[in-house]
Amino acid sequence: MIIPFLTVIVISAVFGAYLWQVGPGGKDISTLPSAMIDKPVPDFILPPIEGRQDGLNSSHLKRGVSLVNVWASWCPPCRVEHPFLMELARNGVAIYGINYRDKPADAERFLRNLGDPYQKIGADITGRVSIDWGIYGYPETFIVDQSGRIRYRHVGPITRDVIDKLIQPLLTKIVKK
Amino acid sequence: MKKLVILLILLATPVFAIQPDEILENREFETRAREISKGLRCLVCQNQSIDDSDAPLARDLRVLVRDRIEMGETDDQVMKYIVDRYGDFVLLSPPLKLSTMVLWAAPTIFLSIGVFGLFRWFRRRPEENWENQTPLTVEENKKLAAALKSEIF
Repeated sequence: MIIPFLTVIVISAVFGAYLWQVGPGGKDISTLPSAMIDKPVPDFILPPIEGRQDGLNSSHLKRGVSLVNVWASWCPPCRVEHPFLMELARNGVAIYGINYRDKPADAERFLRNLGDPYQKIGADITGRVSIDWGIYGYPETFIVDQSGRIRYRHVGPITRDVIDKLIQPLLTKIVKK
Repeated sequence: MKKLVILLILLATPVFAIQPDEILENREFETRAREISKGLRCLVCQNQSIDDSDAPLARDLRVLVRDRIEMGETDDQVMKYIVDRYGDFVLLSPPLKLSTMVLWAAPTIFLSIGVFGLFRWFRRRPEENWENQTPLTVEENKKLAAALKSEIF
């Protein structure tokens, strides 16, 4: 007679635990695990944003630990995270940018008004290189180690919390090795 | 007016996400591309396939699928190209793997538990058979007949 009750309790506990995680627990089920973690960065060559001299390709990402940030001037969360990228750049972190489907003049204005934290920027006009990186939301930020392997991926804007709890500790760990 | 409304309703066609400029001239390639697209999740609007979605990323992926087919890749190679970048989550029907065993086995397990439960339940029933019931007494039969006659029923 006790079995039905136990069954109900066990099932409620299982589903309840899941609901708790996505509700009050704050687990974000919209972010996907990246298929790219621990893989080498995809091979790519991107031209500079029209009017600039730099451009970005995969060999730039094998010269040391770096952050790769995918952004666009039309993307509001990219504006939100921008001051944090500036701060990281001031602290000596190498940041490379992939400018996703942007108008050159808009991208240029964005950098002029808000500052340019990037060592180099490649313009992904067709979005094809972003697909090679497995990108589906903007902004996205990757941590790439000195051998050019992707170690971490963050979907959405970088915040104080993300820097303190994820980016800084991981950078320290990778640099030490 | 009525006729006009009916005419307009008849003229209405479903709106497809796929744009005319994306469609390949090669019919066979296009059919294959549609089939592949239907099995790929749009990552921006997670419960639509890229064939149904208007999101820019879905469009990019549709064009990518067509480009790879035109390059001479097989359906499996095209699928693998995208799964390598976006993971199994991009597939609308999850592959059978060790990590997805629970997902695939769960319906069978729950069905078996249900069938087992039902079986047990029906096995116990015969004790409460109609034949084992005591028949109504004369008194009860009278009451029943009266009740059936009354207006209430």
